[in-house]
Amino acid sequence: MSGQADARQTSARVDITDVVCPVTFVKTKVALEELEDGEVLEVRLNGGEPIQNVPRSLKDEGHKVTNVSQLDDGTFLLTVVKGGLL
Amino acid sequence: MAEVDYAALKKGGFMRQIQKDKFSMRLKVIGGQLKAEQLQKISEVARKYGRGYVHLTSRQGVEVPFISVEDIEAVKKELAGGGVSVGVCGPRVRTVTACQGLAVCPSGAIETTNLAEELDGRYFGKELPHKFKIGITGCKNNCLKAEENDLGVKGGVFPEWKQKDCSWCGLCEAVCPPRVVKVDKEKQTLAFEKEGCVYCGKCVKSCPSGAWEGKGGYLLSFGGMFGNEIKEGLHLLPIVFEKDKVFKAADATIQFYRSHGRAGERMGKTLIRVGAEVLKKDLEEALK
Repeated sequence: MSGQADARQTSARVDITDVVCPVTFVKTKVALEELEDGEVLEVRLNGGEPIQNVPRSLKDEGHKVTNVSQLDDGTFLLTVVKGGLL
Repeated sequence: MAEVDYAALKKGGFMRQIQKDKFSMRLKVIGGQLKAEQLQKISEVARKYGRGYVHLTSRQGVEVPFISVEDIEAVKKELAGGGVSVGVCGPRVRTVTACQGLAVCPSGAIETTNLAEELDGRYFGKELPHKFKIGITGCKNNCLKAEENDLGVKGGVFPEWKQKDCSWCGLCEAVCPPRVVKVDKEKQTLAFEKEGCVYCGKCVKSCPSGAWEGKGGYLLSFGGMFGNEIKEGLHLLPIVFEKDKVFKAADATIQFYRSHGRAGERMGKTLIRVGAEVLKKDLEEALK
């Protein structure tokens, strides 16, 4: 549940608002590789294509999105648990 | 040399060129797929009888230009030996186009390759008042431009939400293009305005907890054209879920066009003249 995941400490952050598909997911993957299963990555990403594609790719690779929030500047913050769906 | 029957040649996929006695030979391709051995045969023929190249048409077809009129029979025979047949032109059902659909594409909502084969098997080459194009696109992204066709088929996902599996992460709200999903994380409620759903399936594909489930279906469009005149195909039916209904709707559409279409009139024009509600009624009757 989101409450539990939110309580976990964020282990790393990555900002992918400066790149476009497919580098968005590549950058996210690289950031995840630094973590152990169960650790939490925070991803800042743009609306449109990135928000529609990156979470789907994360799911395909077994990582669990536990929370999404939209910031005042229109970008999104994803909380991702590495290997959370495995 | 015997007199050239241009109409018969055109029907059989041989397109006149400005070069006298040369033809651009249109090959039959279904759903944009050619097997390696077919490609090899096409390559041989293009080298031997054409000028060593092919032209890719706007509707996933292959043409071999510069075939001499006296070689036509020999070329057809050679192609047949490699599993390649010639296409068609003129007032009849043309190549059925398709994207790769859910068998390959992560966005695909429906199977497209077999569907293209089946539609081709049922309708390819059938004589009608004017050209008749069928196109299949696997999802809302519409890579294959369904609404440009006389009969367009588009894959869609009809989503359903199950509260018990929801983790209230808010992702479905964030990914929904028409923004018809609203999640209240505090109160743990979710509102889904079904009427505004575009059947893209993004909620289903991204949901991390499997709370969204989707059923793949077909969104049909009728009377599109994108040539001398441009008209977007009309959506006259709600999403249908059974493949059988796609065939029933296609049968009814072709029957409508045969009954009401005038020679040389695209179905989109027939719909304007006769009224789209006439076809809509026929379709509803056929799908009862």
